[in-house]
Amino acid sequence: MTGEQIVFLVVAFVTLFAGLMVVTTRNLVHAALWLVAALFGVAVTYVILHANFLAVVQVVVYIGAIAILFIFAVMLTRRDMRDQGPQMNKNWWFGAVLAVLTFGGLYFLLQGWEGMTKTATSYPVGFDAISELGNALVSPAGYVLPFEVASVLLVAALVGAVYVAFNPRNGNSGK
Amino acid sequence: METTTLIWLIPLPPLLAFFLIVLFTNRSKALSHTIAVGAAALSFIGSMIVFVRALGVEHLGEHPFESAINWLPTGDTWFRIGVLIDPLGAAVLFFVAITIFMIFLYSVGYHNYGQPAGDHDVKGLPPHGATVTDEHGHKHVVPSVEPMYSRFFAFLGLFAFGMYTLVVSDNLLTLFVGWEIMGLCSYLLIGFWYGKPSARDAAVKAFMTTRVGDVFMLLGIAFLYSATGTLTFREIFTEETLHALASTPAWFGMTASGLIALLLFIGTVGKSAQWPLHVWLPDAMEGPTPVSAMIHAATMVSAGVYAVIRMFPLLTADWNGHELTTTMTIVAFIGAFTALFAATIAVAQNDIKRVLAYSTISQLGYMIAALGIGAYVAAAFHLITHAFFKALLFLGSGSVIHGMEHGVLHTGNHHVDPQDMYNMGGLRKKMPITFWTFLIGGFALSGFPLVTAGFWSKDEILADAFGHGHLAVFVTLAIAAFLTAFYTMRQITLTFLGEPRTEEAKHAQETPWTMTTPLIVLAFFAVTYGWVGISEHFPILGGLVPNWFHDFVGHTLAEVPEAPEFSWIPLLTSLVVALGGLALGYLTYRNVKSVSEDKFQIPLLKNKYYFDEAYNFLFIRPAYWFAENVVYKFLDKGVIDGFLHAFGPFTQGTGSALRNYFDLPVINRAIGDGSAEITYWFGGKLRGIQTGRVQQYLMLALVTFIVIGAALYFFVFAA
Amino acid sequence: MVPLSWYLIFAAALFSIGMFGVLSRRNAVAILLGIELMLNSVNINLAAFWRYGDVHLMAGQVFAIIVFAVAAAEVAVGLALVISVYRSRRTVVADEIDMMKW
Repeated sequence: MTGEQIVFLVVAFVTLFAGLMVVTTRNLVHAALWLVAALFGVAVTYVILHANFLAVVQVVVYIGAIAILFIFAVMLTRRDMRDQGPQMNKNWWFGAVLAVLTFGGLYFLLQGWEGMTKTATSYPVGFDAISELGNALVSPAGYVLPFEVASVLLVAALVGAVYVAFNPRNGNSGK
Repeated sequence: METTTLIWLIPLPPLLAFFLIVLFTNRSKALSHTIAVGAAALSFIGSMIVFVRALGVEHLGEHPFESAINWLPTGDTWFRIGVLIDPLGAAVLFFVAITIFMIFLYSVGYHNYGQPAGDHDVKGLPPHGATVTDEHGHKHVVPSVEPMYSRFFAFLGLFAFGMYTLVVSDNLLTLFVGWEIMGLCSYLLIGFWYGKPSARDAAVKAFMTTRVGDVFMLLGIAFLYSATGTLTFREIFTEETLHALASTPAWFGMTASGLIALLLFIGTVGKSAQWPLHVWLPDAMEGPTPVSAMIHAATMVSAGVYAVIRMFPLLTADWNGHELTTTMTIVAFIGAFTALFAATIAVAQNDIKRVLAYSTISQLGYMIAALGIGAYVAAAFHLITHAFFKALLFLGSGSVIHGMEHGVLHTGNHHVDPQDMYNMGGLRKKMPITFWTFLIGGFALSGFPLVTAGFWSKDEILADAFGHGHLAVFVTLAIAAFLTAFYTMRQITLTFLGEPRTEEAKHAQETPWTMTTPLIVLAFFAVTYGWVGISEHFPILGGLVPNWFHDFVGHTLAEVPEAPEFSWIPLLTSLVVALGGLALGYLTYRNVKSVSEDKFQIPLLKNKYYFDEAYNFLFIRPAYWFAENVVYKFLDKGVIDGFLHAFGPFTQGTGSALRNYFDLPVINRAIGDGSAEITYWFGGKLRGIQTGRVQQYLMLALVTFIVIGAALYFFVFAA
Repeated sequence: MVPLSWYLIFAAALFSIGMFGVLSRRNAVAILLGIELMLNSVNINLAAFWRYGDVHLMAGQVFAIIVFAVAAAEVAVGLALVISVYRSRRTVVADEIDMMKW
């Protein structure tokens, strides 16, 4: 077993454990913090995959922005944080069955696929994935259109979010 | 900036100007014209940069500036669109950019920018003038600003966008797109003063007539695409594609290439107003004069000829170099016939713009005829020189009309037509700049020897026709050239020379600098542009200036066309017809005082060979008659209504029988109520799962997905 | 070298965990947390396929980035909805938000 494999296994188990804690822990602030841990594990996975840019974006955007956003949301809806009732709904066992079935089904399908045992070709020396990615994102022959569409989607979502979360009673709308 | 990027950008400023003016600035006249003229200037600068860079490239014909993007997926491949500037494109871009820019500038003055709003001007009619009171308390009537000033510049911008798109396209589809944009803009601009019924009719006529040609052109494009699988010029004009097309037989004894070229040519017949689809162009004079210049010189009709020049390799794909093919014969015949036919009509017209309109038709016929006999370079050369001097003439005539309107406003007699040449005379003293530039343009149109551009291009066409032995074409064109010189001199004499024939002409005024500057610039090119294309074989002058045009544009084709051997006959012919026509025109009209003394007011010519009446009789009235009598009275009233009236009672009887014995018991009871009851029962049972809880929906969806997925996998894929 | 299968199974497991969270948590914010886990597992797949395919084809990474953007948009709208619902109903429990019931 190579060092890389050991690192991967450790990271994977930490990530999965953190993921489990996200979905099971009672305290929502803790759940959000566990999510940070899980996301960090995914970032390490990206590093192992040589997707360095994705790793950085994962840390900056996901952990830096999205997870923090979650923590804010939890605190804004604070009454439920102290809620001592059950954190699972009454069908939670059925959800668990479905999740296990999904995992089993995916595993079964992957087993039957010949590409499963594929090993990576060695990473080309001097290959600059980040500038390649940059080119692909802005080149007309690449993905500039999906990229721009994503940006439009993001703007629309943010405007929508502001509109939805806006409270006319406390805002400056003059009502 | 990369040249290809620049080429992509050239058409955009006018389009942007169009949207900006339409959406935002249409209330501000100053802002609108600044945007439009600025956009035209940007495109102009870009075009000039591209042109200068194109000059610096050796073998531009083999390695043109080109760039294409995937646009439309077509099965396994892509339909690509892009830009292409080869020598022909560069030369055309040059004149298009200059003339468009000049016309934009001219429009500012033409629509009386800076003058007060009219007393009772309404949108959709030309301005009538405004009354102002000066410091001494005198009232003056002065020209008033066009009420729809901004709209005019918006349309003009869109028009320019269409033309630029057409010129820089590397394929027939985007060329066609530009072509149709211009068709729309010509409709909008000819009908710009939509308050006048004549302008409305002219707009509809122009649109409908060119549409006839466009349908055939679209057929040609579709045929070409199905035959070759591409519409990109440089892919079509490869040797093997052309050879394959030339050796495929099609209908009427023509080859596929010939038939496609003919279909595309019919599009040009409509757009470039060739006989028999020429009728729209003289009526298009109803639009404002800058529009006439735009349509007649810079853009639309030139686009038609440009398209044929562009498709020249296809037109001549099955040509052996001597015997004309069927298609080429048709093209040459229509061109030569139109050249002569329109020239004869022009002789009898009294409206200053209509004379020019017929002269345009005639000159376009020249180019088409030249293409028909395979004189590629000569046609392109004449296209460009013609664009310069015809834009000059139109803008000059607009300036004259403008000056005359000044006189009309001064006298207040609105019954005097400011466009009728018999109301003018002696304007050379009142409007010196207009006179001299118009004289230069007129002489260029007549082919005044040696100094004017028109002489060199026209001489080259005649030399080609003679040198390659197409004597019928040569004689026809020579007669047309004679008539051209004659009616041009008639126009100049009646308008500018002699004494003023009316009070209004005495009070005409020179126009502002925005109108005269374009005239001077265009006059410069109307003279000098000819010097870049002087044949080496020309006696004495040949070789003094290198025959740049022939070298440059000729290399667009794979095989550079040979210039014909020099012969004295065509040269002497063009000298004699030009000078003779001019002299005869001057002598005939020197002392003509009124329209009744004009010997050439022959009714047949005056009425344009009754083509409008004939078309009215042959197509329009039958169409109305058919609509009225056959479709309305017979089909609608007689057949369909009669059928309905008979059918009504019958259906009613059948209906009530069906209702009583079938509908009520079977359909209503059993099927109608029954299905409702079943649905109700199911609904009652199923409403239990509609909990409104999103997670339960999700679970249900997942269960379904897993069940269906598993079933599909095991019973369909694995089986 | 880590075989491709490890990544895929890891991603599948993370996906299932996230799905469990989505299906079972009462709190709407926690449901969104589960969705984030699912999106991340998809991104792991994208990155892994990029690495194990031709690294010169950047589609995998490009779409991972687009998934980032979509995730950000989704969280923004989702949390805005949660806050809006909380404001009007004083609850973020998914089971109690059943206004769409028949």
